[in-house]
Amino acid sequence: MRFPKLPNLGLGDRIPSHQELERMEKEEAGDRPKWDNKTQYMLTCVGFCVGLGNVWRFPYLCQSHGGGAFMIPFLILLVLEGIPLLHLEFAIGQRLRSGSVGVWTAINPYLTGVGIASLLVSFLVGMYYNTIIAWVMWYFFNSFQNPLPWSQCPVNANLTDLVSECTRSSPVDYFWYRDTLNTSTSIGDSGGLQWWMVLCLLCAWLLLYVCCLRGIATTGKAVYVTSTLPYVVLTIFLIRGLTLKGSLDGIKFLFTPDLNELMNPSTWLDAGAQVFYSFSLAFGGLISFSSYNSVHNNCEQDAVIISIINGFTSVYSATVIYSIIGFRATERFDDCLEGNILALLNAFNLAEGSIKEGNYAESLQNLNGTFPETIQSLDLKTCDLQTFLSQGVEGTGLAFIVFTEAITKMPVSPLWSILFFIMLFCLGLSTMFGSIEGTVVPLQDLNIFPKRWPKEAITGIVCLVSFVIALIFAQSSGNYWLALFDSFAGSIPLLVIAFCEMIAVVYIYGIDRFNKDIEFMIGHKPNLFWQVTWRFVSPLIVLVIFVFYFVTKVSSNVTYIAWNPSSEDFPTLEVLEYPAWIYVIIFILAGVPSLVVPGTAIFKLIRRCCSNKNVYGAEVDTVSAKVQIQSSKFKN
Amino acid sequence: MLVWILFLLCQVGAPALAQDLCQRDAPNGYKVRISLKTALGEDAYEWNQSEMFFFQATMAFAMRRHFQMETYNVDNIILCVQTSRVSFWFVVTSPDNTTMLIPKADVEKAVRMSRHRINNAFLLSDRTLEFLGIYPTLAAPVNPDTPPWLIVFGVVIGAVCVGIIALLISSLLQKRRKEKGMTEDGQDEEDMQVKGVENGINLDGTYNRGFTDDDRFTKL
Repeated sequence: MRFPKLPNLGLGDRIPSHQELERMEKEEAGDRPKWDNKTQYMLTCVGFCVGLGNVWRFPYLCQSHGGGAFMIPFLILLVLEGIPLLHLEFAIGQRLRSGSVGVWTAINPYLTGVGIASLLVSFLVGMYYNTIIAWVMWYFFNSFQNPLPWSQCPVNANLTDLVSECTRSSPVDYFWYRDTLNTSTSIGDSGGLQWWMVLCLLCAWLLLYVCCLRGIATTGKAVYVTSTLPYVVLTIFLIRGLTLKGSLDGIKFLFTPDLNELMNPSTWLDAGAQVFYSFSLAFGGLISFSSYNSVHNNCEQDAVIISIINGFTSVYSATVIYSIIGFRATERFDDCLEGNILALLNAFNLAEGSIKEGNYAESLQNLNGTFPETIQSLDLKTCDLQTFLSQGVEGTGLAFIVFTEAITKMPVSPLWSILFFIMLFCLGLSTMFGSIEGTVVPLQDLNIFPKRWPKEAITGIVCLVSFVIALIFAQSSGNYWLALFDSFAGSIPLLVIAFCEMIAVVYIYGIDRFNKDIEFMIGHKPNLFWQVTWRFVSPLIVLVIFVFYFVTKVSSNVTYIAWNPSSEDFPTLEVLEYPAWIYVIIFILAGVPSLVVPGTAIFKLIRRCCSNKNVYGAEVDTVSAKVQIQSSKFKN
Repeated sequence: MLVWILFLLCQVGAPALAQDLCQRDAPNGYKVRISLKTALGEDAYEWNQSEMFFFQATMAFAMRRHFQMETYNVDNIILCVQTSRVSFWFVVTSPDNTTMLIPKADVEKAVRMSRHRINNAFLLSDRTLEFLGIYPTLAAPVNPDTPPWLIVFGVVIGAVCVGIIALLISSLLQKRRKEKGMTEDGQDEEDMQVKGVENGINLDGTYNRGFTDDDRFTKL
């Protein structure tokens, strides 16, 4: 019984047959790049998947959705959603031997839009992701001094007191919002370019260019460092973290399971979204990378291994992060308590050491009984370790505020700071390799640039254009723009693309044909698990996540948080509404890539109807495919 | 006799007068707070009358240094309201007239001038030997000529630029080498094609140069 599929004319003419693949394999034909060895391929894929999200999004989700209990939805969705999608992308890339535009055009010319959407998303996400790397580099450059610049408040202009914005918030907040971003009070207030940020951005893009210059020939070498160094640093931090006071409290807090959270649908949604984004699916980079493999590479095994590594890295880095957060929370708690004790000693002129942490509560009670007004006037803070632990921060707040504060309290701070930011840098850079691959290869396939232009030139142009547009993020309001890009460019379009990918492979390419291809490539037909997940389970999960995301975003008031020293609740961030013109930008970010999918199909339909040209002809416009056909022409 | 009674009265009255001068919240006095355990931990010494005497001596030294008058003495520093926190109040009397107090502002100037010496005398710091109301002057920030981050930035970007140029040059050289190799092959192909085709027909023989018309033009 054949699985139902949509009619698809001329598929056989557009894709290389199994015999042609065997021939290409034997002759090692063409100018198509190849991996030097399997290790490079695996490290590149691991590097692309493992990114900043593993370090600063997963620990927060884990802690806020019931600790150890979060592992259950995470692992279930990893198996049902992550692994099948990963295997699908690997297999289709390896079979059709082309980048994202080439693959989807080969399956059906009306599906070119999926590839173009991948291109746009890779481009937009790459722009803001590299800005985060620029921020990491700024902190890295500033780590080569003792004491670290974010460990104390600077003195004001006439040397009378510390800067008030800093004393009211904290040195780390001040360094992040003022010295690094010089943030304005709203997204509309651009505030001009910050020269030091422009320099860091330039450095980030140049470094990316030098690594991606020749495509996988250069990135393949770079990943030996960028994919392995984070694990080394994480281990160093784990060992260091476990020797610090309070680290075990943090780890316990992270993993304490709260099974009630499993009843909450948002737990499952967040787990699904995290698995999806963590695997860097739908960017087109993974399809491209696996197309450089030999035809008989075992993509099924690769998908499983990389998924396991990705899941393990998430859990491992969560442990490390929370051991350090536990240390910071304990330090904060101790400082808070010490401050209170000092206030009491000073107010009542009691001898030092008469009130300690142990008898603090009862001493306070005694004093409150006899001198309530004095106690009131002291304005003592409530010190609760759980509150400090659950100051769950994620994203840039975790890396640049919470973690940097923890580092200042460790001995030999500059060393830990340098290690931490090198790790973040490597994590980000290896993800950027996939982004650039997902941008450059489709551009080549679409023949946007003349064919004789070398890859170096195309990569250079992509980096240059991205750098120029990314100067938005170097303004005073850059942080708000980045949050905007992060919420909209990197969320909804990816879900749309992934859903279309699965429908395209299962129903338009044909799951039966796909099964035969995999049997040809790896020697055995995919088993029942893959069949069920590819046909029903994974598309359903992606659809559900998309619907919920879409509904939440559309129905909620779109707001953002801003740093405003003159607001009432300072240092709490102010919640502001986006101005009306932002909705245009949101549409460009989220709507355009999503609408390109049907848009291109309609465009091609109109063109076909108007010119009566045969769209299903044997002309395959992609550079990557053409190279093979030409080479087979010469070798008679 | 009268003189003797007066003398007795002075002896009794002086400390009482001193007590009136020095009291809690005295308008010309300062409160001092000392945190020995915070500063020295295990090595903290005991705060006793001898230490109080030492404090008086240090303050007298500070007053001498500031006013450049050698007449200040330990008796001019009056201490009171001692607590177990270790905190106390002190006032400074003028050496010429023991009933007159030195104004607060002058005392502050004297303390500021010799703050470092006073701190070191007691092995304490600005934070652990507090004169409530006299804020420590903040250390002037050290401003290096080039911010350290620019140096690291310069190193990184220099290395990256060198890397880019090296890779681009090697790509260019590789391409030129390939082109050179290809044009040599191409020439052979061209010759083959020229030899084999005549009038558009592919001939399978080798071109016999013997039949070329070298002398097309008649010689003179």
